[in-house]
Amino acid sequence: MEFVGPEGLRLDGRRPLEMRQLHAELGVVENANGSAMFEMGNTKVIAAVYGPHEVHNRSQQLWDRALVRCEYSMAAFSTGDRRRKGKGNRRSTEISLVIRQTLEAAILTNLMPKSQIDIYVQVLQADGGTRSACINAAALALAEAGIPMRDLVASCAAGYLNGTPLLDLNYVEDSGGGPDVTVALFPKVDKVSLLQMDSKMPLEHFENVFQLAAEGAKAAARYMREVLMENTQNLARLVTAT
Amino acid sequence: MLKNKAFLKKNRGGRVFKVVREHYLRDDIPCGATFCSSCDTSTANLVAAERLVVVDTNVVLHQMDLLENPAFRNVIILSVVLEEVKNKNLSAYNRLRNICANRSRQFFVFSNEHHRQDINYTYIKAMANESVNDRNDRAIRVATQWFQKHLGDACTVVLLTNDLDNRSKANAEGINVFSVDHFVQSLDKPELLDLVARSESENATPMEIEDSRPSKRKIIYSEHKPMSEITAGIHQGIYHQGKLRVNRYNPFQAYVGSESVGDEILVQGRLNMNRAFDGDVVVVELLPHQSWQGDMTMIAEEEDGDGDERVGLAPDTSDEAAVNKTDEASEKATTSGGSSRPNGRVIGIIKRNWRAYCGSLEPMTTPAGAGSVANALFVSADRRIPKIRIQTRQFGNLVDKRIVVSVDSWDLNSRYPSGHYVKTVGKIGDRDTESEVLLIENDINNRPFSDQVLACLPPLPWSVPAEALHDPHREDLRNLRVFSVDPIGCKDIDDALHCTLLPTGNYQVGVHIADVTSFVHPGTPLDIEAQERGTSVYLVERRIDMLPKPLTEDVCSLRADVERFVFSVIWEMSSEADIISVRFTKGVIKSSAALSYVEAQARMDDSRMSDPLTTDLRNMNRLAKVLRQRRIERGALTLASPEVKFEIDTETHNPLDVGMYQVRESNHMVEEFMLLANISVAKKILSSFPVFSLLRRHPTPTSKMFEPLLKIASAVGIKLDITSSMTLANTLDLAVGDDPYFNKLIRILATRCMTQAVYFCSGELSPPEFQHYGLASAIYTHFTSPIRRYADVIVHRLLAAALDLEKLSPSLRDKSEVTKIADNLNYRHRNAQMAGRASVELHTLMFFRNSRPTDADARIVQIRSNGLIVFVPKYGIEGPVFLVDKASKSSTNWIMDEEQQCANARDGSSKYKVLDSVKIRIQVVEPQPNRPKLELTLLA
Repeated sequence: MEFVGPEGLRLDGRRPLEMRQLHAELGVVENANGSAMFEMGNTKVIAAVYGPHEVHNRSQQLWDRALVRCEYSMAAFSTGDRRRKGKGNRRSTEISLVIRQTLEAAILTNLMPKSQIDIYVQVLQADGGTRSACINAAALALAEAGIPMRDLVASCAAGYLNGTPLLDLNYVEDSGGGPDVTVALFPKVDKVSLLQMDSKMPLEHFENVFQLAAEGAKAAARYMREVLMENTQNLARLVTAT
Repeated sequence: MLKNKAFLKKNRGGRVFKVVREHYLRDDIPCGATFCSSCDTSTANLVAAERLVVVDTNVVLHQMDLLENPAFRNVIILSVVLEEVKNKNLSAYNRLRNICANRSRQFFVFSNEHHRQDINYTYIKAMANESVNDRNDRAIRVATQWFQKHLGDACTVVLLTNDLDNRSKANAEGINVFSVDHFVQSLDKPELLDLVARSESENATPMEIEDSRPSKRKIIYSEHKPMSEITAGIHQGIYHQGKLRVNRYNPFQAYVGSESVGDEILVQGRLNMNRAFDGDVVVVELLPHQSWQGDMTMIAEEEDGDGDERVGLAPDTSDEAAVNKTDEASEKATTSGGSSRPNGRVIGIIKRNWRAYCGSLEPMTTPAGAGSVANALFVSADRRIPKIRIQTRQFGNLVDKRIVVSVDSWDLNSRYPSGHYVKTVGKIGDRDTESEVLLIENDINNRPFSDQVLACLPPLPWSVPAEALHDPHREDLRNLRVFSVDPIGCKDIDDALHCTLLPTGNYQVGVHIADVTSFVHPGTPLDIEAQERGTSVYLVERRIDMLPKPLTEDVCSLRADVERFVFSVIWEMSSEADIISVRFTKGVIKSSAALSYVEAQARMDDSRMSDPLTTDLRNMNRLAKVLRQRRIERGALTLASPEVKFEIDTETHNPLDVGMYQVRESNHMVEEFMLLANISVAKKILSSFPVFSLLRRHPTPTSKMFEPLLKIASAVGIKLDITSSMTLANTLDLAVGDDPYFNKLIRILATRCMTQAVYFCSGELSPPEFQHYGLASAIYTHFTSPIRRYADVIVHRLLAAALDLEKLSPSLRDKSEVTKIADNLNYRHRNAQMAGRASVELHTLMFFRNSRPTDADARIVQIRSNGLIVFVPKYGIEGPVFLVDKASKSSTNWIMDEEQQCANARDGSSKYKVLDSVKIRIQVVEPQPNRPKLELTLLA
C-alpha cells in the first residue's frame, strides 16, 4: 500500500514530518483532583487523577514513597465496531503498566510516602497513537492535580513506511505493518522515559525514526506547557479577582 | 484546516460499520505551473502554453494510449482522478504514474483533495443525494474552475470528458470543455486521431453503416449476467469462477480451471466463450450433461480460416506442450466410460486481461483516399486472440506494417471486439520488426537504459582500485591459475574456474563468479531496473541485457588478463572428488585464459599438450566425471532438449544454416562445477536464512503428466518405471532402439512431461518440497550467472550477508517481498524462454523461406485421428502432417489407431508406428496473408 504519495502527502493530507492537530483541555472531570482531555487528531483520551490519598489496601503501602496505580481502558464506542473492550485484557494491562512506569519516573514519589496516587485513563476515540495520547493526558492531569513532578512527560510515536520516516501514525498507517516507535521524554531535562517499538526495522533507520518521535514529543510538550500556563494564568486571575 | 471524512464500510464478514478518517486541507500545494507567481515552482512542470488540459477519470481509463503519446502534454492530473483510476484499474494507474514521473512529459499531479487557498476549496463535500461519481465529477469541475481563476489570462484551462452530462454542466459553469475526439481534432495532429479509443455509444453509428445487412446487426453473443447474480450463483455453486485459458493450438477451444468443479471446464467455440479473452477471470455455467463433448484430439481444423495447428519449435517441457493437454483429457474421457469432461459457457467476466496486442491488418481493398476513416480488421500475432476491429485514417500506410492495437470494448452485436491503433512496429517480414514483435508479445523491455540507471555505473574505464586489495573482506586470488570456459563469442563471462593440486594430494577447486553485487547496490535505479527485467534475453541474432553493456561486457565480465572482482566458492577435494571442506569468499582474480568449449575440449584431447593449464583442465575434467557419475547414481536425469543452433551471416544477420547444438565433455565439466557451487551456496544461505532464502525447485511430475510418455512407450514396447527419478533414469538408460537417436528421442519426450523448475522463497514451502527433481538434489539455487540472471544477484546478497560481509537490505528480509521477487523472476524467465524459442522459430521460417523445399528425416512423436505429429531432429521443429484430407474428413486411405498409436494404409501398402522414421518435405506456405508458416508433407 502507498502510504506516502509521490506528491509527498500522506493518506490524510499530512506531510511525513507533520503531527496531527493537538488539542487539550484541563479540568474535565470535576470529581477528580486533576483531569485532562487530550486529542491527537481523531484520537481522544480522557485522564483523571485521584490522590495522593491514603493507601486503600494496607499491604500494598510503601513506607518510603507513594504508590502509583494506573488503569487504562478503552470505551466500547471508541472504535468503529462496538465491542466490549474495557480493562483487564492483555493489551490494556500492558498499556496500563507502560503508562504507570513512564509517569512514576516523573512523579517525586518520595515526597509522599505511605500514600497512593490513582491515574485513570480512558480512550474515548481511537485512531492510532493512543499510548502517546494517554501519557500526555495523564501528565496534564497529574500537573493539574498539583502532584510534584521532576518535569512534564510528553510522548509521541513515529513509524517507518514506504522507506520514509513518518511522524504520529494514525490508525491506517499503524496497521500498515511497519515499525511503530513510541517515545516519551522529559522535555526540559531531555531524558527519555519510554521507548517502545513493535515490528522490526533496520538499525540504520532506527536513529532517524527515534529522533523524529522525540521531536514530536517535544512539540507535544510545548503545546502542553502552553495549555498549563494558560490554565494557571486563569486560576491566578480568579484568585486576584476574589 | 481539518475535515473529517466519514463513510460506511462493509467488512469481509458482511458487517457494516462506520469509518471516520481525518482529512487535512492545506494551502501549500503548488499549482504546478512554472509561470505561476504565487505558488512554489520547484516541482512545477506545466509550461506556459496555449492550453492546460484537465482530464476526467474515464478519459484516463480509456484513452491511456493517447495520454502516453509524447505529443500529448501539459496535463493536470487531479488526485481525485488518480484515486478513482487506482480503484478501478491498477495497471492504468501504474501507467499514469509512470507518465507523471517523467518530467519531460509535463504531467502534473495536483492534490485537489487536500488543497485550499484562503476560502477557495478544491476539496468539496458530497451534497445530499449526490452519488460518489457525481461528487467526483463536480470536484473535477471545481478544480478546473479554480485553475482558470488562479492562472487568470496566462492560459486557458480545458476540461476533457466524454460524459455528456458532465459536459453540459461544465458548459453551464463556464468551463472550456471538450470531448476527447473534438479536442484531438483541434490539435491538428492527425496521427493522434487513431489513438483515440471509441466509446460504445460513439461506436454505434459507424458500425451500423458498415454492417448494413440486417443479418449482421442481430445480437451475436448473449448478455453477461449482472454482478449480483454472479456472486450469488458462485455462492450457491451454480456458477464457477476461474481463469480462461485459450488453447494455443486451437483458438476456439478454451479451458477454465475451476476449484469448485475440481476439473478443467471445457469451453467450446466463440459463442460459448462469450467475448472472453485468454487470461480473463471469468464465470462459467456448466452446460447440460448431454451436450458435453470430448476434446477433439484432431489437429485443429481451419474453421473460419482462422484456426490451424502450425509447425513450430519442439516444446521443451510440458508447460509449453499444449498438445499433450488435449490428449490427457481424451484419455480420461475414454477411461471413465464415455462421459467426457464438463463443458461450460461463459456468463460473465470478472476481470479483463486486455493488453496491447501485436499483429497486422487484414488486407482489404483500400477505401478512397488517404485520411478517410477505414474500418479494418486486425489480426493478432498471438493466435489465441480474436480479430480486432479498428478504425484508422492511415490504412494505406499501415497495411504492410506490424502494428500494436489495444482493445476497448466488445459489444453483444459485434462478432469481433473493437479497439484502436497504438503504434507501428515496422514493416512486415522485416527481421528487426518481427523480432520486435516477439519481444512485445512476451512483455520484454527492450528500451535502452535510462540516464538514472546509467548514472549508477562505476566510472569507466574501470580497473580494480588499489585500496580494494587491502580490504580485509576481499581475498587476493590473483596468484591462482584461473580460466573460463564459455561458448564461442561469449562476452558476458560470469564464471571462471581453477583447480590446483595441493601438496597433500588433494585438489583445491574454485568456482569464481563475477561479483555483480559490488556494482549493483540494492535500491538504486540500476538495481530496480535489473530486478524488473529479471534476466537477459537471448535471441538468435542478439541479446537483450539485464544490466547495461559496460557492466555486462566489461566491468563484471571475467575476461582474460584483467583483474576482476569475484565471489568465489572454493572446495578442497580428495582425488576421488569427495568434498573435504568448502569456503566462500569475495576476491580479486586475474583470469589467465578465456577458453571456448571447443578450445578446452581440444586441449584436453590433444595428448601432446602438457602445459599447466591443460593439466588443470584434465584434472578438473576427471573430478567432474566422478561428480557426474555420482549424481547420476543418486537419480539425476539426463534429459535432452532438441536445441538447435543457427549460423548467422555476420553482415546481414540472416540465418545461413541450422543444426543441432553439440554438447562436449567440456560443457559437462563446467556444468558439473556450477551445479556443485549452486548446491553449496544453497545450503549455506538456507542455514543462515531459513525463512527468506531464494531457492529453485523442480516439482516431481505427477503420474498423470507421464501418461503421454507411457502411452508411447507401451506402443513401442519398452517399459518405463516412473516411481522415482532414479527408476526413471535407469529405465531410460535401458530404452535403446534400433538406432542411436531412439534413446535421445525418448529422453526428449520424457523431458516434455515435466514442468519447469521455479524460484521460490524458502519460507513459503516445507523442506521436502525444496526438491529439485531433475537434478535429484534436495536443495538448489542459482548463484553462478549474476550478470544475466537477477536471482543470482539476490543469492549473492544473501550469501554476502550470511558471511557477514554486508548487511541485508530490508526488502530481502521479508518473506512476502522475496516471494514477490521470485514470482516476477519466474514470469520473466518464462517469457525470456518463450521469446528465445519464438526467435528460433522466426529464424527457422526465414531459413526455409530463403531456400527451396527441403527434405529431411523426421520421427513420429504422436498419432492423431487425422494425422501425425512429427519431429525433425535436424532443425528442432515439430508439427503436424495431415494424412486425412481436410476437406473430406471421411474418405481416407488411412486407418488411424490412437490407442495403439499406429496408422495403417487401407490398402496395406504402408504402415506407421509412433517413433518411426519418416521422410518429410519442409516448405513455407502462406495460406493467410502476413502469416507465413511451415508446412510438412509426407514423402512416399
